Amino acid sequence: MSIAEQPPTTETPELKIVKDATCTFCGCVCDDMELTVENNRITKAKNACVLGKAWFFNHHIEDRPDATIDGQPVTYEAAFDKAAEILLNAKNPLTYGMSDSTSEAQRVAVAITDWIGGNLDTTTSVCHGPSGMAFQGVGEVTCSLGEIKNRADFVIFWGGNPAESHPRHFTKYSLMPKGQFVPNGRKDRTAVLIDVRKTKSAKAANQFLQIKPRSDFELAWALRGLAKGLEIDPDIERKTGISLETLTDLMDRMKKAKFGAILFGMGVTMTRGKHINSEAILALTRDMNRHTRWIAKPMRGHGNVTGADNVVTWSTGYPFGVNLGRGYPRFNPGEFTSSDVLARGEADAALIIASDPMSNFSQPAREHLAKIPSVVLDPKLSDTARTATVAFTTATYGINTPGTVYRMDDVPIPLRPAFESPYKSDYEILKEIERRIRAKQLGV
Amino acid sequence: MMSDIFVLIPGRTSRQGTALNEGKYTDTYKEEITTLMMNAEDMQRLDLETGDRVRMWNEQAEVVVTCKADKGESPPGVLFISYGDISSQLMGGDTHGSGMPTSKGLDVQLAKAE
Repeated sequence: MSIAEQPPTTETPELKIVKDATCTFCGCVCDDMELTVENNRITKAKNACVLGKAWFFNHHIEDRPDATIDGQPVTYEAAFDKAAEILLNAKNPLTYGMSDSTSEAQRVAVAITDWIGGNLDTTTSVCHGPSGMAFQGVGEVTCSLGEIKNRADFVIFWGGNPAESHPRHFTKYSLMPKGQFVPNGRKDRTAVLIDVRKTKSAKAANQFLQIKPRSDFELAWALRGLAKGLEIDPDIERKTGISLETLTDLMDRMKKAKFGAILFGMGVTMTRGKHINSEAILALTRDMNRHTRWIAKPMRGHGNVTGADNVVTWSTGYPFGVNLGRGYPRFNPGEFTSSDVLARGEADAALIIASDPMSNFSQPAREHLAKIPSVVLDPKLSDTARTATVAFTTATYGINTPGTVYRMDDVPIPLRPAFESPYKSDYEILKEIERRIRAKQLGV
Repeated sequence: MMSDIFVLIPGRTSRQGTALNEGKYTDTYKEEITTLMMNAEDMQRLDLETGDRVRMWNEQAEVVVTCKADKGESPPGVLFISYGDISSQLMGGDTHGSGMPTSKGLDVQLAKAE
């Protein structure tokens, strides 16, 4: 639906209703929100989950400076100039974050990194980056969430806890909805949860398989063997905590499914094995297609982390961990990824967009980031913004700014902002920085 | 004194997600990321009660958190904490060529804080 065709919003001076708004908190990117806005505050968020409500109700206008340099309020112009100077003077800069920003802004961040010959990385590298590597290794049998909704009669959640991280995934896409080929909804679907902990998601599943920590790879590999009809050593139970009998029964039922889906989370990618764990699950999915239709999809966290993958891929050919220092893209996770270029002390400046590595990165990476000049864009105050040389307070994407985000199944979704912000958007700020860098590089 | 080796799993929770939106400097968020969820059997064995302060450490760092008995989510030997500043201090800088530090399934030691 084009913007022109979008349903109208009703508005009075004090009260505004925004229909079909999009929640950008998690990768579900639910686009059926009905927001009530009163005096630049969202007071109701119909259809939003608990996380969505917290997102909408807590992103109002805060009284903070537009921009700061070394913690002191400055004008936008001064901040743009200083940001461009920092990035232009760097020999090995890093661009990082981007997963809570529009794809339009992400595109400008890629352009800036290209101009300055830097490392281009997103939060994907510490999320499903290992799955991105696995896609390149064994491929991805995939589909949209709509296909899962309409077809999936067997769903395996692996190393994830959607009940808490993606609360509407069950009801909107994967378990509860009635679909074209699953007309009775939940009754037509079998759900299995594979995890180390018996999380809140276990209640939603027909079967919970509690595996031992760090045994995802072995479990997936054993299932691959069973899918191929190979004899599996019963000792698999000692390693994984799951008996061969249980695994055999699971495989029998997986083969009988009409359409199966493995939805895997960061319990797979953040644990020892990382991309090899993802590869095992993707290879298992591929193998299952000798018997019946199976797909696998990573459960993506941030609202537009999937957009970051798309934008960086269509711009450079690679999804994350890209170095543009030689004038052409080079991809090497472990070398050009943020955690590494920071922990090894290689980056000499950073552009951080809507992310907080000072809270989430390893200690060596944080210590180095604190030492180098940085430009930080964030709607909220964070440890990263506090240590920034130049910090911009930004408008919140989806709430204050329009644009495009990608749902976790790579479907692009337009944003419909609820109210205006006095702060500039990521896109506007990055464009100004890019303009200055471009002018300097071209000598105009 | 030797202490047990536990496997620590940092992860997302609903409360962490909602508190995150309220702000990382709110009491709720700070409480959430500094509360260690433990198996009740482990707590009993170590003479710990909900609300006790415990030291948790590995070769990367040492942190002090408040422990709380879980409702049977984690098996004995497995700890859970909301992902954030505290859990990330226990991560190493090496990503083993993947770009991803080992962020779940961390070996840690644990003892009651004096």
